[in-house]
Amino acid sequence: MTTLLPVELFHALAGLVLVAVAFQIARDRSHPRRWGSAAFWGLLALTFLAGKRLPPPLVGGCVVAMVALAASRQVGAPRRAAVDAAVRAAESERLRSRLLLPPLLLALVAAAGAFLLPRFVWDGGRLVDPKQATTIALGLGVVVALCYAMRLTRARVGAPLLEGGRLLQDLGFALILPQMLAALGGIFAKCGVGEVIAHATSALLPTGQPLLAVVAYCTAMPLFTILMGNAFAAFPLITLGIGIPFIVRQHGGDPAIVGAFGMLCGYCGTLVTPMAANFNLVPAVLLELDDRHAVIKAQAPFALACWLFNVVAMSALVYR
Amino acid sequence: METWREALKLIGVAIVAAGFALRLHPLLVILVAALATGFAAGIGPLALLALIGTLFVDNLFTTLPIVLLMPLIGLLEAHGLQERAAALIRSASRATAGRILLAYQALREVTSMFGLAIGGHAQMIRPLVAPMAEAAAAARRGPLPTLLRQQVRAHAAAAENWGNFFADDIVVAIGPVLLMKGVFESAGITVSIAALGGWGLPSALFALLLGAWRFRRLDRSIERQMPATEPP
Repeated sequence: MTTLLPVELFHALAGLVLVAVAFQIARDRSHPRRWGSAAFWGLLALTFLAGKRLPPPLVGGCVVAMVALAASRQVGAPRRAAVDAAVRAAESERLRSRLLLPPLLLALVAAAGAFLLPRFVWDGGRLVDPKQATTIALGLGVVVALCYAMRLTRARVGAPLLEGGRLLQDLGFALILPQMLAALGGIFAKCGVGEVIAHATSALLPTGQPLLAVVAYCTAMPLFTILMGNAFAAFPLITLGIGIPFIVRQHGGDPAIVGAFGMLCGYCGTLVTPMAANFNLVPAVLLELDDRHAVIKAQAPFALACWLFNVVAMSALVYR
Repeated sequence: METWREALKLIGVAIVAAGFALRLHPLLVILVAALATGFAAGIGPLALLALIGTLFVDNLFTTLPIVLLMPLIGLLEAHGLQERAAALIRSASRATAGRILLAYQALREVTSMFGLAIGGHAQMIRPLVAPMAEAAAAARRGPLPTLLRQQVRAHAAAAENWGNFFADDIVVAIGPVLLMKGVFESAGITVSIAALGGWGLPSALFALLLGAWRFRRLDRSIERQMPATEPP
């Protein structure tokens, strides 16, 4: 079956954006971490452009090299400053509400595309792989919104790559943190870590009863999030360990409901853990609060009430 | 003996927990945890490297949207998008601290529903939202006592987190929903992105109600501690 619009097209597009970032850095003599940063973005570009064709151990080597560069602080942001605040304010006055149209256009194309694209199917062919429709629709939305934004702002052709490159460098290695955590989740799955936790949990908790399995899963999510500081890290572990074997496989629960409410239970944990420093501790410093845990204290009643809601909602909906 | 070998596989979990607690470099912590878990499960070095490579490429889709979005967002920000979004919030006239924060949480939820991250503690809360909430609270009252002012600021930080967390990816999937999908697929279960996103909607609405409750309490506590000098 031929697919006219494969997701690899957008992998290549992202790869080219990343190549452009690497080139910008390599040409920027004032960049404080010139070669380390260029290598980091170049390697990431390589995984996007050729990751599926290169031998897997080589890609693994690229990943190790990226981690080594980031961990040895060889990856940094450029000295080049953002666009001046006065220029931004003037542009904001010039363009006014029209500035909000490209994001709206993006949302519209992405939502409509995710719905419509998988419907184009014919004998021996299709427009997109239905499993990739959302990603492809978002990619198309970006392309459409960017074309409109270019017309609207009358910016130079290189401006999006320049500004986007700066934002990507501001994100730095944090950009690939979710991808690395997902890969770690894959390793855990491959090595049967989930099963070990599942055994321990099933020995400790009465997961044989469908509703108690929900309560066990919804309690483990925030607890592990508090421990690890990140719901994304807890999610693969607890879902592979408790959610899938007990709620989905043993009791026939709906996986989409397990995932959606389970992740939100994890977020309730994020609200009360100092391990999630970027959400809870850094803001306290930024806002010059005397009590470092003032943000966590402000969030705690919300977190508890929200967690209760998610447990009740999952219990009521998952086994329908 | 067998039980111990099984339990050794949990070493990766311990490494992640300890590494994050000690604020070590997160990527390094994750890589070491991956290597340790693989070795504990008896996978050889080359096979492990290949596995990491394969899994990294399998999960490119978690990074892809951000890379594609940044040139668009960067261009718009250079032309004053954040300033325009701020102007939208500022135009609310019957403002109290709680109402400003609730409006911000709502705006943040609606935009993040479409996969757009317009906020951030450094970009929006410190320079804009917190000062606006403080100014609204101080109007007709004079300067707030330190403790109360800090409480308003802490709630401003909370508004960002609540708006950010609880309406993720409902319409446009970029991050968490894709991670969820990947986890279920690694266990051989196919889940639709639309279903994962859609089931987030009840909690997004409830989070807004909870925000309304917390911010109303904040307004009441300001009113109680420092009654307004003139009728509103």
